[in-house]
Amino acid sequence: MRQATLTILVVTLLILHQDFWFWREARPLLFGFLPVGLWYHMFYCVAASAMMAVLVKWAWPEEEEAEAKVAADDQERGA
Amino acid sequence: MIPTLLVFGYLATVFYIGIFAFRRGGGGAEDFFLAGRSLGTTVFLLSLFGTNMTAFTILGASGHAFANGVVTFSLMASSSAIVIPLTLFFFGTRLWALGKKHGFITPVQMMRDRWECGHIGSFITVVQTVFLVPYIIISVMGGGAALSAISGGMIPYWVGGAVVAIVVMSYVFFGGMRGTAWVNTFQTILFLSFGSVTIVVIGYGMGGFAPAVEGMLAEAKQAVMLTREKVSPAYFFSYMFIPLSSIAFPHMAIFCLTAKKMAAFRKTVVLYPLCIMAVWLPSVFLGVMANRATEVPGIQAKLEARAALPGAAPEQREQLQRQAAGDDVLLLLLEQYAPLWLAGLLGAGIMAAVMASDSQILALSTMVTEDLFAFYGGKERFGEAAQVLTGRGFVVGVTVVAYIVALRAPGAIFDVAVQYAFTGFAALCPLLWAALYWRRSTKWGALAATVWSVAAVAGIAVFQAVVTVPGVVVQWGEWAVLERTARGTSVLGFMPVLPVTLISLGLLVAVSLATRAPGEATLGRYFKSRPGAALQP
Repeated sequence: MRQATLTILVVTLLILHQDFWFWREARPLLFGFLPVGLWYHMFYCVAASAMMAVLVKWAWPEEEEAEAKVAADDQERGA
Repeated sequence: MIPTLLVFGYLATVFYIGIFAFRRGGGGAEDFFLAGRSLGTTVFLLSLFGTNMTAFTILGASGHAFANGVVTFSLMASSSAIVIPLTLFFFGTRLWALGKKHGFITPVQMMRDRWECGHIGSFITVVQTVFLVPYIIISVMGGGAALSAISGGMIPYWVGGAVVAIVVMSYVFFGGMRGTAWVNTFQTILFLSFGSVTIVVIGYGMGGFAPAVEGMLAEAKQAVMLTREKVSPAYFFSYMFIPLSSIAFPHMAIFCLTAKKMAAFRKTVVLYPLCIMAVWLPSVFLGVMANRATEVPGIQAKLEARAALPGAAPEQREQLQRQAAGDDVLLLLLEQYAPLWLAGLLGAGIMAAVMASDSQILALSTMVTEDLFAFYGGKERFGEAAQVLTGRGFVVGVTVVAYIVALRAPGAIFDVAVQYAFTGFAALCPLLWAALYWRRSTKWGALAATVWSVAAVAGIAVFQAVVTVPGVVVQWGEWAVLERTARGTSVLGFMPVLPVTLISLGLLVAVSLATRAPGEATLGRYFKSRPGAALQP
């Protein structure tokens, strides 16, 4: 369930990058000078950061991290 | 004179950082090539980001925005802001874990072990080398152009390129990965602060951005710069495939192995999109705003050359295109609007981005010494000291060759990079996915995808050299299947990177399924065992 939810989240954000609905628009201007084609994608970067935080929280490869730590500890002991 | 002196002060600082790293080094191949797998979170994030930011990022992006408008940001920056962290999250962490477990120093070492192959790994190394060299060349070109522009033409392009190449070569030669990572960290801090300061200074100098934007909206020819009309949705969509190249670049994949702990990836993938925004937004916006800076003589000349292009005779077009190219608009804006001392500091920030060839040169040296020299018995025969010496010798050799080519290579920074190196590495990305996640993948599948990637990139290069006039070359009904456009090549309206990458993936899957998978003992080192696997033929 969690995996499906996270997959939907990632795919949705990838789709939202193709914002053809603002293609020929410059307005509304943010702060009076930033065209919509820029500020939409500025907020998109913020959303991408938030999505990565969610993935780090809920899909972090903990098992792999633990295995690598064990291997590193073994190597240290061997050395 | 003051900006030039400040930039030379900056160059001396990064040179010293390299020497300092040399003194701190512990000797040995792993220490020289991977900084002893010891990088903490902050240095890992900043240097990984710095590694990915090049002359193309700041100068090429503002130049592209000067010609194409705000679309540059969504085309290149926000697509990278999602794709690169995702590839770091899924490929980078697993690569790091396997490197830690099995002692790999390069991705090809992992592929050789994973697919039970030898010479195919060498072939992949050679292909990666061929694709990486243009990327190094654009950095040298950017260095020459930037130093020449900052000094107001006092330092010629060839001297600027030589100075930058020598400084980069020196700190890579002495400091190895530790020196490169420390310099990249310093550089990233510089150009992250560069963006916000530059936008305030130039905005103030231009009398505010709001009147400039309203002025652009009032003129039909300039209003399109504030929308994305200059680019088709199909072209825009296919650009999403370009950032796939990032993790396939050997310097990025090798860099993933330098982290001390996997936890270093956590903050890196979360902050990466914000770092991209902080660097790209000012570059792109200022590139667009340069279209209103007609009081800057250099920019006015570019605008006049662009206006003359549509009606120009074929023999004049190349010269006009060169004059209209905007790779130096940011430097021209700084020269006009920033006080001298600040222009110097900001110039150093630009130099920081331009000098990103360090990790690529080191990656090439790592690949040659580990994947070729050590693999074919050089390490056993001559020892580890000779291996590091070979690596250092290769750093010098690559720099000299890149410099000579940079002096002769024509074309804008952006075009050279995107059309060849980025497309080639994006097409190699399926190899990483297959090696890391698909147990049924085979060396023959990897070979098929690699051969295809080389053939496709060579095909694009030849096609664009032979067919110079934009027009449809292959038509099927109403569909323009293959088209030579002003931007390069178009396949069914998409950039070539899309079909080239998808075909690479298709070949990898098809050929892998048709050939024998690696043995269970090998697979057991990479994947959890499946119930009944031992009973399979």
